[in-house]
Amino acid sequence: MDLLGFGDLLLSGTWVTIKLALTSLCFGLIFGLIGASAKLSGSWIARTLATLYTTFVRGIPELLLVLTIYFGGSMVLMAIASNFGYDEYIEISAFAAGVAALSIAFGAYSTEVFRAAIQAIPKGQWESAQALGMTPLKVFFRIILPQVWRLALPGLGNLFQVLLKDTALVSVVGLSDIMRQAYVATGSTKQPFTFYMAAALIYLGLTILSTSMTTWLERRADPAARGARA
Amino acid sequence: MNWNWDVIIEHFPRLLDGVWVTLQLVFVSGIAGLLLAVPLALMRTSSRVWLRALPFAYIFFFRGTPLLVQIFLIYYGSSQFEAVRESALWPILREPYWCAIIAFTLNTAAYSAELIRGAIQAIPKGELEAADAFGMSHALKVRRIVLPRAFGIVLPAYGNELILMLKGSSLASTITLLDITGAARTIIARTYTPLEIFFAAGMLYLLISAIMIGGFRVLERRLNRHHHYRGPEQVSRVDPRLAE
Repeated sequence: MDLLGFGDLLLSGTWVTIKLALTSLCFGLIFGLIGASAKLSGSWIARTLATLYTTFVRGIPELLLVLTIYFGGSMVLMAIASNFGYDEYIEISAFAAGVAALSIAFGAYSTEVFRAAIQAIPKGQWESAQALGMTPLKVFFRIILPQVWRLALPGLGNLFQVLLKDTALVSVVGLSDIMRQAYVATGSTKQPFTFYMAAALIYLGLTILSTSMTTWLERRADPAARGARA
Repeated sequence: MNWNWDVIIEHFPRLLDGVWVTLQLVFVSGIAGLLLAVPLALMRTSSRVWLRALPFAYIFFFRGTPLLVQIFLIYYGSSQFEAVRESALWPILREPYWCAIIAFTLNTAAYSAELIRGAIQAIPKGELEAADAFGMSHALKVRRIVLPRAFGIVLPAYGNELILMLKGSSLASTITLLDITGAARTIIARTYTPLEIFFAAGMLYLLISAIMIGGFRVLERRLNRHHHYRGPEQVSRVDPRLAE
C-alpha cells in the first residue's frame, strides 16, 4: 500500500484506531456490567442512577459526548484538582477523551445487553448455587457470568461494530486516527476522494475482521458447536 | 468552576435555530432515505442473484464504514474530479447542506433497507399465498399486501433508526453546518463555556428523541390496530353496551 507515499501514515492511523477501539471496549464492558448489576439490584437508588445513565447517554449524539469531554473535561478536572490545592493547567489528551466518551457510550448500550442476558438465565441456577453455599458474589462470577458471556456475545458484537465506526468521531478533536491521517494526506496531495475512499476501505476491512472475530467467539462459546458432550 | 445559567438563556435562540436545521436534516433525509430503501429492500429479497448483488454491495459499504467518512467523501471528495466540478450537479455538491442531506440519505437508506428486508421476510407465507390465490399480479401484491404489512412490522425498528439518524445528524457540524451541535460549537468558541452549552444542546437532543419515541408509539398503535383488536365477546366482558 503506497498511496502516493501516504500509505504508512494511513497504517499508523489504523493502529491508533484499533488501540482506541480496544481500550474503549475494555472500559465499556466494565461500565456495562456495572450498569446491568445496578439495573437489577434491589436498591432503588442504584436502579434510578443506572436508568438515568442509559437514557441520557443513549439520547445524545456520540459526537456531542466526545466534544463535551474533550473541551469540558479539563475544566471539571481542574475544578476538582483545585480543591486539593493543585492549580496547574490540566489538559485531556484526545485519546483519553475518546476512550472516555466511547466507553461511556458503549457502556450505556451494553448495560441493556447484559441486563437481558442476566435475566435470561433461569432463577433456579441462582437458587441451586445458593443451596450449595456459595456467596452471592461467587454465584455471580462462577455461575452467572460464564453463561452471560455466551448470551450477550451477539449483542456485544454489534455494539463493537458501532464503536469501531464511532472512533472516527475522535478525529474531530485531533486524534491522529485513520480519518485524521487521511485529512493530512488530502492537504498536500489535493486528492480528497482517493484518501477518504482509502480510509473507508480500511474501516470496511476492520469491520469484516471484527465480524469474523465475533463469529469465531460465538462458535467457541457455544458448547454444541465446539463439539463438547454433555 | 461555576455553572452559568445566564449563558444558556442568552444563547438559547441560536440553539433553537440549530434545532430547526437538525430537524430539516433528519426529516428530509429520513423521507428520501425511505423512498430509496424500499426498492433496495425489494431487490434484496428478489430471487434473481444479479438483482440481489447490487443492493448487497451498497448496503455492505454504507453499513460498514463510518458516517463521517461518507460525509467527507461526498463533501470534500466530489471536488477532486474535473467532471463533477463542471457538471450541473456542482452547485448542489458545493453546498455543505445538500452534501449532508445526500450522505444521510444514502446512509439511512442502507440501514432501513436491511430493516425492511427483515420485515418483508417476516410476513407470514400464508398471506402471500392468499394474495396469489386471489390472482393478484406481483406488482399489486407488493403494493397491497407486502409493503403495508412490512411497514407495520418494521415500524418499531424504524423508530430506532430515526433516533440514530438524529444522533448522526450532529456530524453535519463537521462540514460547517449550524445544526444543534454546530451552533453550540460556535457559541462556545466565543463564550468558552463548553459544559453549559453542550449540556443545553444535549437536553435539546433528548427532548427531540423523546418526542419522536412518543410519536412512533402513537403511529404504531394505529398501523398495528389488528394487534390491539378486541372481539365483541372480549369487549362485552368489560361493558356489554360496547359489543353492539
